[in-house]
Amino acid sequence: MIEIILTKYNYWIYIILMMAGLYTIVAKGNLIKKVIGLNIFQTAVLLFYVSMSKIEGGTAPILMKGAEVLYDNPLPQVLMLTAIVVGVSVTAVALAIILLIYKAYGTIEEDQILEMNKHND
Amino acid sequence: MIKHLPVLVIAIPLLAAIIIPIAGRINRVLSWYIATAVTFICFIISLSLLQTVLNEGRISYWMGGWEPPFGIEYVVDHLTVFVLIIVSFMAFMGTVYAKKSIDNEIGPHRTPIFYAIYLLFVTGLMGIVMTGDIFNIYVFLEITSIAGYTLIAVGKKRQSLVAGFNYLIMGTIGATFILLGIGYLYLMTGTLNIADLANRLPELYQTSAVITAFAILAIGLSIKVALFPVHIWLPNSYTFAPSVISAVMAATATKVGAYAMYRILFTVFTPAFFASLGFQVAHVLLVMAVIAILAGSILAVSQKDIKKMLAYSSVGQIGYIVLGVSLMTVTGLMGSMLHLLNHAVMKGSLFLAVGAVVYRYGITSIEGLRGMGKKMPVTMAAFTIAALSMIGVPLTVGFVSKWYLAVASIKVGMWYLIPVIMISSLLTAVYFWRVIDNIWFKAAEGEEHGHGHAVSTGTKAVEAPLSMLVPTLTVAVLCIVFGVLAFAPASLAEQAAMILLK
Repeated sequence: MIEIILTKYNYWIYIILMMAGLYTIVAKGNLIKKVIGLNIFQTAVLLFYVSMSKIEGGTAPILMKGAEVLYDNPLPQVLMLTAIVVGVSVTAVALAIILLIYKAYGTIEEDQILEMNKHND
Repeated sequence: MIKHLPVLVIAIPLLAAIIIPIAGRINRVLSWYIATAVTFICFIISLSLLQTVLNEGRISYWMGGWEPPFGIEYVVDHLTVFVLIIVSFMAFMGTVYAKKSIDNEIGPHRTPIFYAIYLLFVTGLMGIVMTGDIFNIYVFLEITSIAGYTLIAVGKKRQSLVAGFNYLIMGTIGATFILLGIGYLYLMTGTLNIADLANRLPELYQTSAVITAFAILAIGLSIKVALFPVHIWLPNSYTFAPSVISAVMAATATKVGAYAMYRILFTVFTPAFFASLGFQVAHVLLVMAVIAILAGSILAVSQKDIKKMLAYSSVGQIGYIVLGVSLMTVTGLMGSMLHLLNHAVMKGSLFLAVGAVVYRYGITSIEGLRGMGKKMPVTMAAFTIAALSMIGVPLTVGFVSKWYLAVASIKVGMWYLIPVIMISSLLTAVYFWRVIDNIWFKAAEGEEHGHGHAVSTGTKAVEAPLSMLVPTLTVAVLCIVFGVLAFAPASLAEQAAMILLK
């Protein structure tokens, strides 16, 4: 059991991070904290992709002439560049909406916002 | 040029989305003209692709000339054009309609940006449909979702901000799950091309990584199509978004989600995969679909706001689409696909008609629609046609898809689904009758105490402007056209279903 955890520790970290992010999204009432949770949630997936591209003894995929070299898989890393961009855009839109919510409601606590929505519809 | 149509349908709106804000600086109306022209061109391209597919079969476009498993492939087959035409047509109708409606709802100074984001939204939708690369599906899904969050948040009321934010959280969780599922598939097969995945996966069906991938993808897709327990982002989003966005999103966004579901369930994975599993995935989907159908209808009955009622009714209708999927037969899938088209035109015209009322009177409560039949007869006629269609009256589209779903469920021996469809239709009749009753048979407020008929002429017929009326009516008439001439979409859907099930 311990061996499984230790040899694949990066996968365990990704699972823990992902669940921590999901918990933050669900449990926290503050909208900014929710966005932070969302970021952790997304970043966990980056770790997953990058760990699967890593080969033991592998090196950066830069072509070296002559030498017998083991390369890491560059594709998942390239994919994650896209995912990082997506994550940044989502965060940007989320923060912009939070800013507008703060202007309209005067608070970014979810329960207070729901309370206000209930009263003046 | 003709050879490059599959990529142009995405490239044109994408480039236009960048040009529009610049053009909007010169003249605000210019941005609307560009958006209309672009969506119209996309619609024409979709029609031309339909013709090519019908004559020559599957088109495979190699991005940059790279051969498929290495490069990105765009695939156009019967299913693709079927969904592509729905998306591009509704997007075109939406832009025509948006001109007056959007000026009124979000203010003229913000319109150029609105059209730019709108075109990004459409680009993403069409990208999901066209691409043959599973990672591309994720990227386009995020393009369309991020644009969607913004489009919902620009609504008039401040609740739209909260609705947009909640959709953002849910949508991102869904998309991240999809990304994770794709990661597991890549881990096992080393490919991202959908056709290549389908070839390499069968020998790995028993591995736990592939089963995990399927489970994670299924969760992500359910959030994106708003299947019942994870539908919570949908009602408020549709209620508080600008009218035209409610209409276009209801008609396209969840439909494209369903398309992604078809592709991943039947092309990437296959019925053989479901057979190899220890338990019946189809039954799980079936139960979820039935719950969605009933819960959506019941929740819709209790609503006071008409847009919210329509939104909950969408939750129920998505249940029908998933129901057809869960039967896993050609007829079932046909019913599901036809419902995709039919729900797009029905819900599209309902939301457009409601948008016209919002434009003229700013009313969204069902009570407020009293006597609206006299004030806006044409708009309300369109609403009524679509409402009858939702109930499933013969000669309308709603009947056709429910018929196919019913036939399909009898064919697989699940006769107990017929009462579910009947009860849901009955509930649909209940909640739409409440609205129709208010529209046509109740006098407007303040009138019922008046001095009889002579005075009631005071309420002049104030129809919606022509640019809003024409799209509403066109879509509503399609509810009847496709109801009577059902063979045209049905034959296309049949071929698409046969391709999916091989």
